Amino acid sequence: MSVTNAPRSAPARSAGRPPSFGGNVSAWSNRHRKWLFAAPAMIFVGILIVFPLVWTLYLSLTDSQGSVRAATEFIGFQNYLTVLTDTERFWPAVGRTLTFTGVALVCEVVLGMGIALLLWRPFRGEKWVRVAILLPLVATPVAVGMMWRLIFDPNIGFANQLLGMIGIPPQPWLSGQDTALGTTIFMDVWQWTPMVVLILLAGLTSLSDEPDEAARVDGANAFQRFFYITLPLMMPTVIVAILLRGIDALKTFDILYATKGKGGGSFNEVETLNVYAYGLSFDYNQYGLSSAVLILFFMIIIGSMWLLTMRKKAVSK
Amino acid sequence: MKRRAVMKYAAVAAALSFGLTACSGSGSDDAKESGVVRVTLANHVWTEGIKAAIPEFEQSSGLKVELTQLGEDQLSDQYNVKLNAGSDEIDVMMYRPLQEGKAFAKNGYLADLTEKVSSDSGWDWKDYQEGPVKATTADGKVVGVPIITEREVLYYRKDLLKAAGLEVPKTMEELEAAAKAIKESTPDTAGFVARTGKSTAVTQFSSFLYSFGGDFTDSSGKSAVNSDAAKQAYAYYGGLIKNYGPANVSTDMSWPEAMAIFTQGKAAFYTEADSLYKNATDPAKSKVADEVGFAPLPAGPAGSKPYNIPSWGLAVNEASSNQDNAWKFIQWATSKERTLAAQKAGVPGPRASVWANPEGTSTYPKDLADAIAVSAKNGVGHDRPEVVTVGKAREIVGEPIVASITGADASAAADSAHDAFQKFLDSEEK
Repeated sequence: MSVTNAPRSAPARSAGRPPSFGGNVSAWSNRHRKWLFAAPAMIFVGILIVFPLVWTLYLSLTDSQGSVRAATEFIGFQNYLTVLTDTERFWPAVGRTLTFTGVALVCEVVLGMGIALLLWRPFRGEKWVRVAILLPLVATPVAVGMMWRLIFDPNIGFANQLLGMIGIPPQPWLSGQDTALGTTIFMDVWQWTPMVVLILLAGLTSLSDEPDEAARVDGANAFQRFFYITLPLMMPTVIVAILLRGIDALKTFDILYATKGKGGGSFNEVETLNVYAYGLSFDYNQYGLSSAVLILFFMIIIGSMWLLTMRKKAVSK
Repeated sequence: MKRRAVMKYAAVAAALSFGLTACSGSGSDDAKESGVVRVTLANHVWTEGIKAAIPEFEQSSGLKVELTQLGEDQLSDQYNVKLNAGSDEIDVMMYRPLQEGKAFAKNGYLADLTEKVSSDSGWDWKDYQEGPVKATTADGKVVGVPIITEREVLYYRKDLLKAAGLEVPKTMEELEAAAKAIKESTPDTAGFVARTGKSTAVTQFSSFLYSFGGDFTDSSGKSAVNSDAAKQAYAYYGGLIKNYGPANVSTDMSWPEAMAIFTQGKAAFYTEADSLYKNATDPAKSKVADEVGFAPLPAGPAGSKPYNIPSWGLAVNEASSNQDNAWKFIQWATSKERTLAAQKAGVPGPRASVWANPEGTSTYPKDLADAIAVSAKNGVGHDRPEVVTVGKAREIVGEPIVASITGADASAAADSAHDAFQKFLDSEEK
């Protein structure tokens, strides 16, 4: 029996020679592995999130208008001053944004909770009902806007014909100065309640049955069980739903633009902050002012998010 | 082994990223070399005709056309983003000289075509009507070639007029009386309909303004929207819609909504751009196709003064290095033959020779051709304030229209619009 004592690996053979270029690169990449793997995500965030944000912040401090490539002057916080003292368009838009979000959220959460409770326990045809309820969610918002616009047409729309059948006079719906915002809120509720249902249903399914059963044994009725057991246990999920839906509702643009166009109608009746900022940059080409509005809007969103997250932490404790 | 795997992944990632860059839009240098011309057009009857004829151009020129077609608002947004960024991905662009022309020219988005238009006598720049040429000229330089022209005319229902025993109105007073008579005799039908949106109605209101003797600005460039003539025009236009318009009238109507009311047979009179006439006379789109008549805009105190404007033009992107090919496309698309073909398909053009040619109006209803001829003669060359930020100006001067439609005090609205408009004009001068 003879044992061949051959060299075991290549590195031993090349020892003493300077490492090749490829070897250098691979050694480097091995040393910086964590950075290398995180790099794509970091570059992505940098280019698509941080850069636009910083650029918007910069624009908001200049008098940029007409073309972003035109010469601009640094004017400090002048744009913010102009915006914050604008009681004609800005503050009403803030009001509409908050009204839209607030009313839509309350309706969506209350309705969503109701529907989720109905769908919670298994029943016959459950699958079909769930699919049907989720349909509005998958529809394209602009298509939804166009559809409701036809339904709510004051002269030839289906909504007024329906009202006519039960003897109610035709309503202006989207074209009314006072009814337009309410109508768009209704459309938002129609489209987004399913998402809230989905989140709440997930929360409900993960609840354990014991507390509920214990309460039942103690003789609690359905209302007591809901308000004292299910709802408190569901609170973290409810806040998640509010958080996700709230941010989205604040930023609503598509259905408003599809139904009322630029400026949110002739009286700016559905002009929210997003629609206003769009008009400022795409219609008026006032990029500095528009950026200031967007930065303020961004702060409103961050602020409300922070408040809700604080609340969630408090509830979780 | 591990090291090799890392390298492998890195190689794949690199290849992918190169691949992705290759997929993204190519610059105009590449396009020039490969004989491609990138054309962006709006959804319009004119575009449909051009689209069908593009193979003809590709064959004769040896160039390849990459066409992007967008709705009016999307087109505007697209230009705003791409031209702002100095993109060279657009060679030829269809634009609205009166809406965007001044702003684009000011920002340097439009290439100077002065030499090009005068270099080819066969194509004949002198054949173009004066008004449209003025609108596509900025600071003495030709920056666009007009393709579509428009005048406001009166659309009316022959059957309703006949049933009511009415003549086609020739003055604003007659129009109001006729609208009133029809609304009263047939409650389901409106006497009059027109655009109602704050911004969209401005262009159609402009003809009323001129016919009452007003304009948006006076000869010194100051706001004139609170002149007596303007106040009368606001009150008249809004009053017609408020008193004799459709029930539950919306204040967001642009032409598709107003046209729908007319073509559904729900209104007797409608004032709108002549270039949209096919929507009313095409049986596939209109329930009353056989009953639609056309007349020149009724005369106000200052006569019948409709706008006569180039609504669309073609321009070359200044940032494109493919400008020669872009010009070849424009030269072909705006040739006398193509203009005649487009005009016969229902798109009124800007070429005098095509209007002089009996074939040019052969497909038009006779009353429409007559109305166009009258309007071309006494027309005014703009249908909105001639400023840089047209979007904002339209919203300001449109406010009294909406006030008047909703029954608010039009005169007070005109006064406050005047202050706002003057402030706006001052800010533009800076």
